[in-house]
Amino acid sequence: MNDDYLEIRGLTVEFDGFKAIDGVDLTLLQGQLHFLIGPNGAGKTTLVDAVTGLVPATGHARYRNQDLLRMKSHRIVRAGIGRTFQTATVFEGLSVLQNLDIAGGVHRSAWTMLMARRGVPSYVEEALETVGLADLRDKPAGVLAHGQKQWLEIGMLLVQDARVMLLDEPVAGMSAEEREETGELLRRIGHERTIVVIEHDMDFVRSFADVVTVMHAGKVLAEGGVAEIQANARVQEVYLGRTAEEADHA
Amino acid sequence: MDAFTTPLLAGTATGALLLIAALGLALTFGQMGVINMAHGEFLMAGAYTTFLTQQVVTNTDLSILVALPAAFVVAGSLGLLLEVSIISWMYRRPLDTLLVTVGVSLLLQQLAKDIFGAQGDPVQTPGWLDGNIDVFGYHWPYRQMFTILLAIAALVGLGLLLKYTAYGRQIRATVQNRDLAETMGVSTRTVDRVTFFVGSGLAGVGGVAVSLISGTNPNLGTTYIISAFLVVVAGGLGQLKGTVIAAFAVGIVTAFFTDWFNSSMAQVFTFALVVIFLQLRPQGLFTVRTRGLA
Amino acid sequence: MNNLLQTGQRLGRTWGPLLGIAIVAIALLVVAPAVLSPFRLNNLGKYVCWAIAGVGIGLAWGRGGMLVMGQGVFFGLGGYAMAMHLKLEAAMATGGPDAIPDFMVLYGDGTMPGWWEPFRSGPFTLFAILVLPAIAATILGFAIFKRRVKGAYFAILTQALAVAFATLLVATIKQTGGFNGLNQFTQFFGYNLYDPVNKRMIYSIAAVLLIVCLVVVWQLYRSRFGELLVATRDAEERVRFLGHDPANIKLVAFVVAAVMASIGGAMFAPITGIISPSDVDATASIFLIAGVALGGRSLLLGPAIGALAVGFGRTFLSESFPDQWTYFLGLLFIVVILFFPSGLGSSWSQLTSRLRTKEVAR
Repeated sequence: MNDDYLEIRGLTVEFDGFKAIDGVDLTLLQGQLHFLIGPNGAGKTTLVDAVTGLVPATGHARYRNQDLLRMKSHRIVRAGIGRTFQTATVFEGLSVLQNLDIAGGVHRSAWTMLMARRGVPSYVEEALETVGLADLRDKPAGVLAHGQKQWLEIGMLLVQDARVMLLDEPVAGMSAEEREETGELLRRIGHERTIVVIEHDMDFVRSFADVVTVMHAGKVLAEGGVAEIQANARVQEVYLGRTAEEADHA
Repeated sequence: MDAFTTPLLAGTATGALLLIAALGLALTFGQMGVINMAHGEFLMAGAYTTFLTQQVVTNTDLSILVALPAAFVVAGSLGLLLEVSIISWMYRRPLDTLLVTVGVSLLLQQLAKDIFGAQGDPVQTPGWLDGNIDVFGYHWPYRQMFTILLAIAALVGLGLLLKYTAYGRQIRATVQNRDLAETMGVSTRTVDRVTFFVGSGLAGVGGVAVSLISGTNPNLGTTYIISAFLVVVAGGLGQLKGTVIAAFAVGIVTAFFTDWFNSSMAQVFTFALVVIFLQLRPQGLFTVRTRGLA
Repeated sequence: MNNLLQTGQRLGRTWGPLLGIAIVAIALLVVAPAVLSPFRLNNLGKYVCWAIAGVGIGLAWGRGGMLVMGQGVFFGLGGYAMAMHLKLEAAMATGGPDAIPDFMVLYGDGTMPGWWEPFRSGPFTLFAILVLPAIAATILGFAIFKRRVKGAYFAILTQALAVAFATLLVATIKQTGGFNGLNQFTQFFGYNLYDPVNKRMIYSIAAVLLIVCLVVVWQLYRSRFGELLVATRDAEERVRFLGHDPANIKLVAFVVAAVMASIGGAMFAPITGIISPSDVDATASIFLIAGVALGGRSLLLGPAIGALAVGFGRTFLSESFPDQWTYFLGLLFIVVILFFPSGLGSSWSQLTSRLRTKEVAR
């Protein structure tokens, strides 16, 4: 196994005595679409927050011999961990192209930063093609549809060259068609990366997940393939049961 | 002993004064995100109200008691006027309110200069406040004790208002979630105005205490406003407890520095201490926890 | 056709601002000296000094979102550094190489503090004018930005700094001239300050420095750093997740702004013949902001032109209506911030661009 995996051990996050995450162990491997599911308040977003330095946590989150929990947010990004947020946060005033370009700043020297942008760097062009926003390159990001903003954010992670991508509900509010496209996009960029998706939509999980981790009340309830998880009685009890029934009726 | 009690007691009195001024600031900042740079001039208005009251009610023993509510109403009305005429138009841009109120502050200062003259006017200390008691060798003036009592009264009054009245509940609701409060039928516009009135009125009451110590002066507001703001910065956003601790800390620390060096060095050192303090507690003493990016 | 339009736009974006800077340069360096009396030209020089500081404020506040309410401090660092040198030059011209400034004999015990000594050297003084504010701004900015102090908190802290700085100056009469400040300079790096030709030269230096500062911010605004600075202003936390520490980005802008304010202050001393606490205190700092707010804080030329206009207005109103100037300054803040929050310059360009899009639509 290469060293390109994220290993979380005993991760605990406490808010004023309340344990939002309680001793979570997770190993996230490269080349797999890893889904994180669970009811509201299970601690999924908090887990991503902890790994990206937004909330203080105890335990370990190792990536390439670095412990992310002891690093600042921007250092974590420089180490190759990128994330998106539930509400897409792009720079609305900048164009799609500028949004992608600005994400490449991490790898630029101080001198280039003081120069004006000339032409489009190849990696920006590539990301533009990959996320399918080439036609909208000069549009201000503010006018993009919700789904397109999510794609733009993923494109920014590509330009950032994030080896680990933590995506917080990327398909929420998307049409079925857009979901499909997003899933394909994640598949395309997924084999050389470690991708973790927080998701509520079970159809989406079923279609694209390689590995599913179910969280409940700050703990890992179960982990495995889609079929395995769906068969798990405890999972059905706390979370899947109702959704699976609804899915059957549909 | 003297070298310790003198700055401690005098500093506590300064801290009390800062507390009265900072309470109003913290209130409007916490609720509306408005930084009122003209708050110091409301202090000044309170001082001039005391002066004017003494011209009408010549019995100085009595005039202070009249001046207290009068100053509250005068400064409060000025605050209300400011809110209605200017601030209410720019709630979406809190940082800009800072600059607008800078302009208001300049206007009010010049106005005071033109009406009352550039020189200050003396305010008579009433007989019952003219004196001191001996505390470990320091002759502690009654005026300073009066300031502390006034601060305690303001704090308790404000606490009661927030905790037990309908307005208080509406204020707290608005602070916590403005939009939700609005949907629950709270008129946040009215609540904002009440808050502005009360906060500015408190500054007026502080002005009465200031006038007893240093008379009136068109620049009186600028003397206190920066320290009061440092108190709010160190005390944390909209937190009464933090404001109280910070006010007395700033007051006492400044008094000690003044005693050891001089008043201008004290100002520099106090500023440096607040910056250093922020290194330890970026959001001030007590923080409200929020989750997520926004 | 489309391509041609785009090329035209790109050229316009690059050269339009430079053209604007060129017009300002011609106005200040060619037209003004030709038409203004020496007295008026010297006044204009004073406004130019404020404009230099204003350009920095535009960078920090307009592009960086940091409301710097204490730029008087950096203006003062440069101003006092220069004034100390001029004071020593004046003393040495009459009293020999060991002479000390007159006020120290008058108020003090006739000895000069050791930290005055290096300012006998002209090169050291110029070095200090650039480096002192940079060091001060770095230390302060580092302490403040790293702890994520921003918005109103930041503004208030900078203003508190200006108050503390001015108080300190007033209190140290033996070292800094106290309330009176430093004045009665006789020469500027060997040039007699009473000679009108030399006065004109000093004006020209200030005007050139303003142009240089404009070119510097022009390059900063069009650079990737400029884009990142605006991004930090609009969504600081998001920038963190691009792998940047927003504190560092803001620090750069803050330090550059401080150095510009210092340069403005340094030229202010020989042009006006005085630097005193009232030129650098909280009110003076607010005055510096007024021009920037009026001209348009996030524009390239807005802060400079606004500062020149407010400077002119100050002289004009003080001459015509003494004592009423404060009312005008107060009203200026209220009216501009209330009705033209991004400045007159921005309102103008918004208006014209709206007209232009209408034409295109037709």
